[in-house]
This record gives sequence, C-alpha cells and structure tokens, in this order.
Amino acid sequence: MSALASDLSVEDVATALAREDYLADEGLATSIFLAIALQRPLLLEGEAGVGKTEVAKVLASWTGGELLRLQCYEGIDVSQAVYEWDYARQLLHLRAAESKGGPAAAEDDVYGERFLIRRPLLRAIDHGSGPPPVLLIDEVDRSDDEFEAFLLEFLSEYAVTIPELGTFRALQPPLVVITSNRTRDVHDALKRRCLYHWVQHPDFEREVAIIRLRAPQAAPRLACQVAAAVETLRGMRLYKPPGVAESIDWTAALAALGRSDIDERTVDLTLGTVLKYQEDQERARAAGIAELVRTAVARGGTGA
Amino acid sequence: MTEPDRIVAGFARALRAQGLAVTLDSAVLFVRALDAVGPARRAPVYWAGRATLVRRPEDVPVYDRVFAAYWQDRVASAATMEAVPGPPVTLAVDEDDGGDTPPDAEERSDAGDVLALRWSAVEVLRHADLAGLRAEEWAEAQRLISALRVAAEVRPSRRTRPSRRRGHGPPDLRRTVRRSLAHGGVPIQRSWREPVTRPRRMVFLLDVSGSMEPYARGLVRFAHAAVASRGSGRVEVFALGTRLTRVTRELDRRDPEAALTAASGSIVDWSGGTRLGAGLREFNDRWGVRGAARGSVVVICSDGWDRGEPGLLASEMARLRRVAHRVVWVNPLKASPGYAPLARGMAAALPYVDDFVEGHSVSSLEHLAAILAAGGTEGAGGTEGAAGTGRAGRRKGVLQL
Ligand SMILES: Nc1ncnc2c1ncn2[C@@H]1O[C@H](COP(=O)(O)OP(=O)(O)OP(=O)(O)O)[C@@H](O)[C@H]1O
Ligand SMILES: [Mg+2]
Repeated sequence: MSALASDLSVEDVATALAREDYLADEGLATSIFLAIALQRPLLLEGEAGVGKTEVAKVLASWTGGELLRLQCYEGIDVSQAVYEWDYARQLLHLRAAESKGGPAAAEDDVYGERFLIRRPLLRAIDHGSGPPPVLLIDEVDRSDDEFEAFLLEFLSEYAVTIPELGTFRALQPPLVVITSNRTRDVHDALKRRCLYHWVQHPDFEREVAIIRLRAPQAAPRLACQVAAAVETLRGMRLYKPPGVAESIDWTAALAALGRSDIDERTVDLTLGTVLKYQEDQERARAAGIAELVRTAVARGGTGA
Repeated sequence: MTEPDRIVAGFARALRAQGLAVTLDSAVLFVRALDAVGPARRAPVYWAGRATLVRRPEDVPVYDRVFAAYWQDRVASAATMEAVPGPPVTLAVDEDDGGDTPPDAEERSDAGDVLALRWSAVEVLRHADLAGLRAEEWAEAQRLISALRVAAEVRPSRRTRPSRRRGHGPPDLRRTVRRSLAHGGVPIQRSWREPVTRPRRMVFLLDVSGSMEPYARGLVRFAHAAVASRGSGRVEVFALGTRLTRVTRELDRRDPEAALTAASGSIVDWSGGTRLGAGLREFNDRWGVRGAARGSVVVICSDGWDRGEPGLLASEMARLRRVAHRVVWVNPLKASPGYAPLARGMAAALPYVDDFVEGHSVSSLEHLAAILAAGGTEGAGGTEGAAGTGRAGRRKGVLQL
C-alpha cells in the first residue's frame, strides 16, 4: 500500500487525506506521517467535533486497512476490549457431547478458536495478510487507570496472551489512533508511548474549504459566511463551542432551506443545528443575531 | 554522540530548563522523527518536536519560545550538521521521582518549633483560629493538617471481581463454564462477580482572595494531604481568585512545603478580589461539566463574598450540583459567633450545598476529613457541632441562625 511506502513524505499524507475529503493542516499531517514512519500510536486530543475520530476513518480508507474501533468507557475490560469466550456455545457444545453418550468433551475442545470472540485489540494484532488495520481507540479519557495500564502494555508489546490458547503477536503492528476530549489527563506513561497532537479548530480558510468539500451542494458564498459566523461564535465563551461537524451541518441545513446567504431570521431558526445547548443559544441571541449576520456577510460576502 | 543527537540533547535541556518534562525516550523519539522528516526545513522540525516532546496544549507556548530561540540558526546550518563537532553534551535526564531527599531533612529544620510545643499546647492549637496563629504555631498546625488522612467515600465501580456471594453482581460465566467441565457442561456450581468499590474523585475549589488568605493556606495543605493520602481517589485542586487556576500538578509532589510554594506561585492573584460565580463558571466550562466533577465530591472553600454578577453564582452552583455526587462548602467564617450566611454569594449558593461546614481550625479540618470519608454529615457524627445541614428543606434553619 502506498501509505506504508518507505519514501512517503508529509506532503503525500496531506494529499492522500485530501483525496479522502479530509483537510489536515501541516501539524496534523506531520504527526500522522510520523505515526506511520515510526510505527508509533498517535494520540489526538482536542475539543469535541474538531475531527479526531475522522482521522482514523480516513486513514483506513486510504491505506485499505480494516478499521477497528474501540469505544472506551469507565470499567471497560478485557472481555470487551480483547476477547471473550462464547459461553453459551461452550455450554451447548459440552451438553451435546454428553447427551451423545460419548466421552465428556475435552477441555481443548471447548477452548478452541471457534469459541473465541475476538474484540478490536485482538483483531488488531491477529489480522492475517493485507495492509495492517487501523485501530481506533476512541475517547480514552472515558476509561480508567486499569485500562490505561493495560493499554500501555498492549501498545508496547503488540501481543496478547490467552491462557487457554497461548500468545498472539502482531507480525506487523496496526496503525493506532487514540482520541481524547481531555475530560481528564491521560496517564503520562501512556502519553509518552504515543506521538501527540493537539487538534485545533481550523482557521477560516481551511474551514471554508472543509465545508465546501463536505457540503458541496451549498453556495460557496454560504460556506464562507457560515465559517465566519462560526468563528465569531467560538469566541463567545460557550459551554460547547461549535466544531467543524456543526459548521457542516449548519451549512447543509441552510442550503436545504434554499439559502445562499445567511440572514437574521434563518439563522435564528437554525441556531439549534450549530449550538446544542439552550444556554449557548441564549447567549448568542443576547449578543445579537443581527450583528452576527452582519459581520459574517461582511467577511464571507463575496465568496472569494 | 552524533551531531543531531547533540543538538537534540541541547534542545531537550533548554526545554527542561523552562519546566517541560522531557524524558530521555521522548528525546530519542525526536531524533528518529527528525530523521524521518529531514532537518532542512523549519516547519517539519517544529512539528516533529511538538509531536514527540510536547504532551499538553499548555506547554505549547513554552515550546514555541524555546524553539524560536534554539533553532534559529541551527536549521539554516543543517548542511554542516555532521561536520562541526560541538562541545560534549550529556543526555542528562532528571527523573523527578527518583531522587529521595534524606527523610530527616525536613524534621531537622523545624525540630526546634516542634519541641517548643507541649502536648497541651497542641490541644489548644487544634481549636485555634488559623488566622490568629504565630509563625511557630503555624508550622505545627501545618504538620497536623498534613498528617490527616483525607479520602472520599467509596462508590461501586463498573469493574467487577469474583465473589463468593450470590446476587451482588452479575454471574461469572467464565468460571461457571470452567467448573461445569467436570459435570459434562451442566453448570451445577455457578460463580458470581461483584462490583469493586473505589474512592470517589475529590475536587477542591479554593478561594484564595484576600478575605480567605489565612485559611486558604490551611486548606491548600488539606488538599495536599488528600493528594498524599494512600487509597484516596483522584484529587483535583483549583484556586479561585480573579480567575481559575488549576494547581493539581503543583500539589502532586511529595514535599508539601515545595508543593505549597509552587501552588501559591502559580496563583497569580493570591489575595486579589473574588468573582466566585465567574470562577465557578470557568470551572464548569473547562473541567466540571466535561468530567472532573462528574460523580465526584466537590469541596468548595470560600467565605462566599462574591464581587461578581448576582445570579451567576446560583446558576453555576446548579450546574455543578447536577454533575457532582456531593457538594461540600467549607466556610471558615461559619465559626464566628452569631454567623449568618448573609454574604450574598453564600446565600445564593446554599440551596445547592449538601454539607456546610467550618474550616477555620485544625480540628474543624479533622471534622471535614471525617465527613468526606463517611459520605456526609449524618455518617460523620456531630463532632464539634461544626457541620451544617443538607439541602433545600433544612436550609432555612441555617438562614435563621
Ligand atoms: N479537517 C477536516 N476535514 C474534513 N472534514 C472534517 C475535518 N475536521 C472535521 N471534519 C468533519 O467533522 C466531523 C466531526 O469530526 P469527528 O467526529 O472526527 O470529531 P471528533 O473530534 O472526534 O469529535 P468528538 O470529540 O465529538 O468525538 C467529521 O465527520 C468530518 O465530517
Ligand atoms: Mg470523536
């Protein structure tokens, strides 16, 4: 796969992601490049909706590796992250063997691979031939210390031991993307294992480009105005500042209403697509929708 | 050592001198990253360093400064990298947790004060108002607070462990299957699991404005005792002044003295005015609602004098209350005879407070520790009569005092 070519460059990464409709800035492109070149996990932290999770998705479709996603939560353990035995089938199998009157089923039988349920971490290291999979460990800040400790070990060894079956080891390590919204600090040791990138909201020009890519049905002028308005909203100290996802949704909503310019009434009507909290909507209304529209049109007006 | 190694080692050292925790493995990773991106252009070198040496967005400004100073002419002279032998550089990594200071160093330094206090004096000291202590009494009070064991009540976690008892948690299918092997797959002996318990997270929000200064010192130390106590859950500490400052990292040191100095060093407005509501909002926005306060025991230490927008404090307390497990308000003024929570901010906040307690003396802090461990006023018993009452209904009683 071209993704893993030895003469890959940072520019190649940016170009390939752009082909997948993802526009990465130089910092993000460099960290992704390094994750591939140095075979290290990439930890992406940043506000909600800045495009962290999407990185893993576009990496998978670019490289052709399977996307394996592990959504973290507090208390996540081996049975959901790595593997589990299919207990129901094991019991059925044991009973069936017994009722046939034959010798009781041997232990080896019940603990064979066909009763094994493979979870994302096991699948990431036991993937057969073809391009290595992309392992997405999403929202790791929601997990807990025990899981982080386990993850640290996993990401150092790329091996998993199942007592009944032995050790599985990756021939080629997966591409690992870990995301965090930073609701708490990820443990330093785990951070040190990874390359780190703090994902920021895109600047105005990039945001316009992203919107135009993801909502091509909208007028170019509208994309500019939305990007400008969103930039203003982000400066308002909201509980949840709008991310790129909200810019895209908002543009799509405005386009669906047949608008190619924003105006006060439509913005008021569609504010819920960009600000998800009632308090935030109130704050924006208090600051003045008319003013918001005026500056946005002034900035993005011509669509140039 | 090759020239790139030398340059990187120097850069790592410059970063460390500015307070960044750059470990040896990070520096080595940076060398590999440099090799991958090439040293010829400034931007890739900059980003390779950020990806390998920086792990917190707060550190970016420092990195930027050091980078600008250090790499100016280095990158331009990349062609000569191998040719010029520089002065020898050692990759010296100071591991913070490695070097033990001699255990008796601290004891020796204030031994004089300790000996000067007789036992009865300690008893008096325990009840004395922290604001009125002389320097040597203060040293002893600090010692007493530091010795407290501070941990919050436990909660059942979502993690489970094998259990002998039936019905306290989900069945243990793995063990059930294993044991049924002996019976041809008939699960005669069932196994069970039960939830593991763990201490709740504690969040301290310490008012460091002028009116609170003498108590803030005691309470910072109390927070430090929480960080240092074994078996306590995660502890987060914030200073509330004219703005919010997170001091968790500064308090996470073994030596309370150094931690204290560091904490007051990073609080820009120690002794400034308070805008409690605004500070709380910042906490809710940046930390609370997003996770730090969720399910945790939040201890707010303040006299409740708020110089900010009225109404904001109440609405932010309401937000906090929705995510926290319990909210404890420590108000050192509560100990004053005839105290009524007339401070506007205090009155606004009280409806959202589970426990309202004093915090003016060592013994009232001991009581606070008991309340935290027992999960509320009822559990801790009414030592000192210091604890106020719970929410809404009972609140009125306090107001009429
Ligand atoms: N640089 C980008 N180029 C193209 N699309 C982007 C970019 N950044 C974000 N997006 C769009 O924004 C959407 C939201 O991104 P994503 O879900 O990855 O955010 P996130 O950071 O994971 O947010 P959360 O923290 O809420 O999970 C994506 O579906 C994608 O369409
Ligand atoms: Mg995501």
